[in-house]
Amino acid sequence: MAADKELTPTSYIDHHLTHYTVQVNEGAFWTLHLDTLVTSIILGIIGMGFVWLIVRKATPGVPSKRQAFVELLIEFIDNEVKNTFHGNRHVFVAPTALTIFVWVLLMNTMDIMPIDISATIIEGAFGVDYWKIVPTTDVNTTFALALSIWFLMIFFSVKVKGLGGWMHELFCTPFGKNPLLWILNLLFNFIEYVSKPLSHSLRLFGNIYAGEIIFLLIGMWAATGVAGAFFGAILGAGWAIFHILIVTLQAFIFMMLAVVYISMAHESH
Amino acid sequence: MNINFTLISQALAFSTFIWFTVKFVWPPLLRAIEERQKTIADGLAAGERGRHELELASQRSSDILKEAKQQASEIILQAEKRASEIVDEAKNTAKEEGDRIIAGAKAEISHEVFSAKEAIRQHASNLALAGAEKILRREVDAKAHADLLASIEEDLK
Repeated sequence: MAADKELTPTSYIDHHLTHYTVQVNEGAFWTLHLDTLVTSIILGIIGMGFVWLIVRKATPGVPSKRQAFVELLIEFIDNEVKNTFHGNRHVFVAPTALTIFVWVLLMNTMDIMPIDISATIIEGAFGVDYWKIVPTTDVNTTFALALSIWFLMIFFSVKVKGLGGWMHELFCTPFGKNPLLWILNLLFNFIEYVSKPLSHSLRLFGNIYAGEIIFLLIGMWAATGVAGAFFGAILGAGWAIFHILIVTLQAFIFMMLAVVYISMAHESH
Repeated sequence: MNINFTLISQALAFSTFIWFTVKFVWPPLLRAIEERQKTIADGLAAGERGRHELELASQRSSDILKEAKQQASEIILQAEKRASEIVDEAKNTAKEEGDRIIAGAKAEISHEVFSAKEAIRQHASNLALAGAEKILRREVDAKAHADLLASIEEDLK
């Protein structure tokens, strides 16, 4: 925590919601949230690396406990994908779903880390004042994921149906082929294409961000005295336990929506 | 909440992770799982086959048993038949042999009787001749008694 600032509720929350930024170029856009990027990449390496290390030694015989765990995870995701996606899912869709689930779950789970303790450790260890440890409370992360899925959606639409087929779909669905309806169809599809990544990313962001804010409010209460600290700890523990459900659910929903969007791109109307 | 370069870098990180998973994580485990599924399926199939074979074998064994029983009873039946045949044969043979012995005995007896008769006859005729000689020594009238002697001899024959 910055020592030169007076500790008020506003400064406390402000401090915890400030990113560690690096300016890579001139202009507001060329700001990089290094905390988001570094944390998410570390988490991704931990998650996918863990899975990779186990999968590398995977045996078709009797699996070890860790392999059984990874198989459980992969078969769970594979089943979900199988129910939604009707094609060769092993080539791309299922591994992508696995990546999304593991990565988003780990990023969300950082929300449960005690904010002030982790902030103090990071400040002590690296001398970094501002470091948000939950990458999914950064709208850039959720948009990055959702837009990647969005581009994949368009890519597969064009790949499966051809450019003409995709154009036909844009102009002729959902209302009909009549030229009078073309504008309406296009408008409708435009809204759909805009709303998909927006709802996809903002759902995840909103849930995790709100959870983070509630942790901050509980932490603020804990600063008011012994009673506040006591009840704050109880509430914090309760919210953290409840949050286990939320982070998993949000990671699952994010993955499922990605699978559904990509599957829809594969199906012609 | 401001969109900036972080978005692009995160998207790059995301695509890298997807590439990594597609390339290195998914295929080996999928292979392992599929191989295990195949092993399990093979095992189940082998079990099913084994059960089927066992069923067949037990059926076959009961068939064989039934056949053997039937054969055994047939053999017993034949043996009984054969035994009675042998007994009948033996009886017949014995009867024939007995008949033969009896016939031989009878023939011998009749032969004995005949020779005895002959001997007796000879004896009797000798006696008669001797008696007749004694008589004739006293009064010989060979001519008168020749007819008598001849008829006696005829009777004794």
